[in-house]
Amino acid sequence: MINLTIDDKQIEVAEGATVLEAARKLNIDIPTLCHDPRLKPYGACRLCIVEIGGMAKPVTSCTTPATNGMVVKTNTAKLYRLRKTTVELLLSDHPNDCMTCIGTGDCKLQELAYAYGIRENRFQGAMRDHNRVDVNPFITREQNKCVMCGLCVRVCEEVQGVGAIGYAERGFEAKVIPPFGHDLKCEFCGQCVSVCPTGALSGRLWSGKPRMAGVKFTDTTCTYCGCGCNITLRSTGDQVIRIDSKPDSHNRGWLCVKGRFGFEFINSADRLTTPLIRRQKGGEFEQATWDEAYDYVAKRLSEIKDKHGADALGGLCSARCTNEENYLFQKMFRARIGTNNVDHCARY
Amino acid sequence: MNDGIVVNVCMGTGGIAAGGDMVMQEFIKEFETAGVKNATVKEKCRLHKVGCRGFCARDVLVDITVDGQVSTYQYIQPEMVKRLVQEHVLGAKPITEWLVGDDYHVFHDNQTKRVLADLGKIDPESIEEYLGVDGYKAAEKTLTTMKPEEVIQVVKDSGLRGRGGGGFPTGVKWSFCAANKADQRYIICNADEGDPGAFMDRSVVEGNPHAVIEGMIIGAYAIGASVGYVYIRAEYPLAVDRLRLALKHAEERGFLGKKLFGTDFSLKIKVKLGAGAFVCGEETALIASIEGERGMPRAKPPFPANKGLWGKPTIINNVETFANIPQIMNKGAAWYASIGSEKSKGTKVIALTGKIKNTGLIEIPMGMPLKDIIFKVGGGIEGNKLFKAVQTGGPSGGCIPQQFIDLPVDYEGLASVGSMMGSGGMVVLDETDCMVNISKFFLQFTQSESCGKCVPCRIGTKRLLEILTRITEGEGKEGDIELLQQLAEDVRDSSLCGLGMSAPNPVISTIKYFRHEYEAHIKHKKCPAKVCNKLLTFFIREDMCVGCGMCAKACSVNAISGEKKQPHKINNSMCIQCGSCFDACKFSAVLKE
Ligand SMILES: Cc1cc2nc3c(=O)[nH]c(=O)nc-3n(C[C@H](O)[C@H](O)[C@H](O)COP(=O)(O)O)c2cc1C
Ligand code: SF4
Ligand code: SF4
Ligand code: SF4
Ligand code: FES
Repeated sequence: MINLTIDDKQIEVAEGATVLEAARKLNIDIPTLCHDPRLKPYGACRLCIVEIGGMAKPVTSCTTPATNGMVVKTNTAKLYRLRKTTVELLLSDHPNDCMTCIGTGDCKLQELAYAYGIRENRFQGAMRDHNRVDVNPFITREQNKCVMCGLCVRVCEEVQGVGAIGYAERGFEAKVIPPFGHDLKCEFCGQCVSVCPTGALSGRLWSGKPRMAGVKFTDTTCTYCGCGCNITLRSTGDQVIRIDSKPDSHNRGWLCVKGRFGFEFINSADRLTTPLIRRQKGGEFEQATWDEAYDYVAKRLSEIKDKHGADALGGLCSARCTNEENYLFQKMFRARIGTNNVDHCARY
Repeated sequence: MNDGIVVNVCMGTGGIAAGGDMVMQEFIKEFETAGVKNATVKEKCRLHKVGCRGFCARDVLVDITVDGQVSTYQYIQPEMVKRLVQEHVLGAKPITEWLVGDDYHVFHDNQTKRVLADLGKIDPESIEEYLGVDGYKAAEKTLTTMKPEEVIQVVKDSGLRGRGGGGFPTGVKWSFCAANKADQRYIICNADEGDPGAFMDRSVVEGNPHAVIEGMIIGAYAIGASVGYVYIRAEYPLAVDRLRLALKHAEERGFLGKKLFGTDFSLKIKVKLGAGAFVCGEETALIASIEGERGMPRAKPPFPANKGLWGKPTIINNVETFANIPQIMNKGAAWYASIGSEKSKGTKVIALTGKIKNTGLIEIPMGMPLKDIIFKVGGGIEGNKLFKAVQTGGPSGGCIPQQFIDLPVDYEGLASVGSMMGSGGMVVLDETDCMVNISKFFLQFTQSESCGKCVPCRIGTKRLLEILTRITEGEGKEGDIELLQQLAEDVRDSSLCGLGMSAPNPVISTIKYFRHEYEAHIKHKKCPAKVCNKLLTFFIREDMCVGCGMCAKACSVNAISGEKKQPHKINNSMCIQCGSCFDACKFSAVLKE
């Protein structure tokens, strides 16, 4: 274990922990923009700088390993000045159109501008123009709002293993793009969208929908497969408008393209809302209650079993059910109905 | 050397650019016509290509040695070769009017050549010639008689510090690397040399590649690396060719490969070409580049000595650092430390450029006073102008003003006045240089070479440049100097890598020493050195103007009028101060003020 002092408080952390992790353990708030504990440290935004005894210059706490006896200051006047300059520089190259930006209320840059009280900007100057429209079905990319935190590039590489985006150009003109600046053509898992701290990346489906005001958040489970990723629905009225996932869920906030972007069906008028029973051959489907439906199914299964034996029946279950549901389903077939004719579309 | 005749032709990049190749061909032709046998073979008469001796401004340089008597010729062109062969080689009579003058000797005599000692003497494409100057003796001695710890101790004792910029003690760095438990270690030679105007490392690789390879072998043995890389920029084609040839020759002789010098130690050295990004000279970006990633630095710690290439302990040293190693092992730490200053030992190779008489590549003992470099080796300021300042350490160094002319040039000395050694660039400035413009110039370079990873460097250098640009264009505002100072300090203190940390140096140092020039630009809208066109008024002196009309033709806004053969006039309300007329006039009749 390693013992260090941060802002006059003692803390013990495990070998390999960073100074930032140690500070968070003490509930000390250090601003970060390019950091995500789920990804490798990067050290680009320079906001998490701290002063460490014996080191000539401020260092980034997100990349610096804690060592025994270290004495760390996280909130000096000097650090405040440096952080403020950094935020001001970022804003000097930012469209500042929070009024109409999809990210509003959910944007780290906006929070930082607020925290440092930046309205006038000492560094007004040229702005990048990277607003090439990316034609793809799921993701809106507004690169003029990109702060080059690299989170999207890293998540795509480190978590998704796809590497669909990277950096191009140098200096002020540096930017994040798919190869050769073509349109994005990838898995569209939207992991990148989920980590983007600004409005640079957003879901096409969200466009024009409410941002924060009047939005209800509901934690639930994704129904697409047996993994059961935790998701959070954003809704207004009876409309689901966006799906997120929290980093502290068992799926660590990561989703697939279906879980993240495949939610329009929820509000579809074609959706069935009650069971339907076709009572006569050639007849119409008629609305029924669940009790009616269960009774009907049980009755027909029993009739077939009585007449033709249990092996005349077979059950196919779905990967969209949970393990527990699949277990119960095979139990019903094997133990209650008495046949081994039971299978499942994914068999995992 | 042995009796007989030796003709050395400078075939460094500078020599070749000046026509060295053609001069060489001409010598071969003349030798053949004159019936001199075996012109290129070591016999009675040897024709010989050599590396750069540092005085490229005088190329093509040719030495003709007859019975031990060396005569050096400058500015030799192919058509002059016939006379040289007839009169000097065959007739033993030097052609005095083509010989170099005293300044050539002053330039060389005030230097102390160690790393450059064999440049201009041996053929860099011949391993025999390197062996002829005790080449690979140091490697053999080290590998066969010394333990790795002993090697590191010698390098520590010598006081050698990294020549790539940081000046970190080389032996100490090696010991950090060796202390790691690891199944694999790497050694890398940094030959990326991206500073504009710097050509120290290129000249060493072109002129004596085996010395660098031998230094790497010794370093690899000391730290226990079995694989090495030379990361060299692709824009150095001659250096790359000679390096590859030298590696091949060294492998053929068994100096590289398996079981070197009969020991169990093996080393393979690979060449990796850089694509010309300045930031790839930064060690962590360089490692990323070798790994096939975009050349972007990462935060340290961990340092490469602990976690470098492919996550393994790695030593990166500069070309010049490695080139010093064989001599240290041959002659000992005490010999090496016998020259230099208290904390900076040995010599430093410097690229001396700017408003100075003798521009070129020089090697001086550490601690030599600035004034000796400029006025002795450099021969003083060109055109009898006044010395104003010197920029050391490349684009991210600082400007040192005239008042520090006695400053010893070593790591501490330069740092004490807000500059740095860097890789050894030195640009001399005179009274006609505008310091605001100079700092803008350097910032343009660093700004466009920033990798764009971190905020202070990516956006901060851009904003610094914008403020400087507006000052030089007469748009400077009250408070701009303070804003520049604050931003420069913040960029310096919060950037990720050395590029961003040092990019503001020219701004900080010029404001410190030449604040009055900034004030003149901002408050009085004047450029005291008459460089910033936008702050100048252009006019034509009637008594000098011959009425040729060149100025009027050059003016893109038709602000100049006048009859043919009559004095012309500039309408200053139309003039956009582009300076085209000033450049166009052959009679110096256009003035600016
Ligand atoms: C922006 C930047 C560019 C650099 N370029 C070079 C270079 O071209 N050559 C070099 O040897 N070192 C360069 N360095 C220094 C290297 O990072 C490293 O410190 C050096 O190669 C270590 O070798 P040394 O200890 O022998 O000096 C550069 C550093 C920075 C920050
Ligand atoms: S959607 Fe997924 S695969 Fe596509 S770029 Fe983003 S993270 Fe990579
Ligand atoms: S697009 Fe978003 S996540 Fe990607 S680098 Fe830019 S700001 Fe960061
Ligand atoms: S200081 Fe500049 S060059 Fe270095 S990492 Fe930051 S942006 Fe890149
Ligand atoms: S959070 Fe550490 S540098 Fe961005």
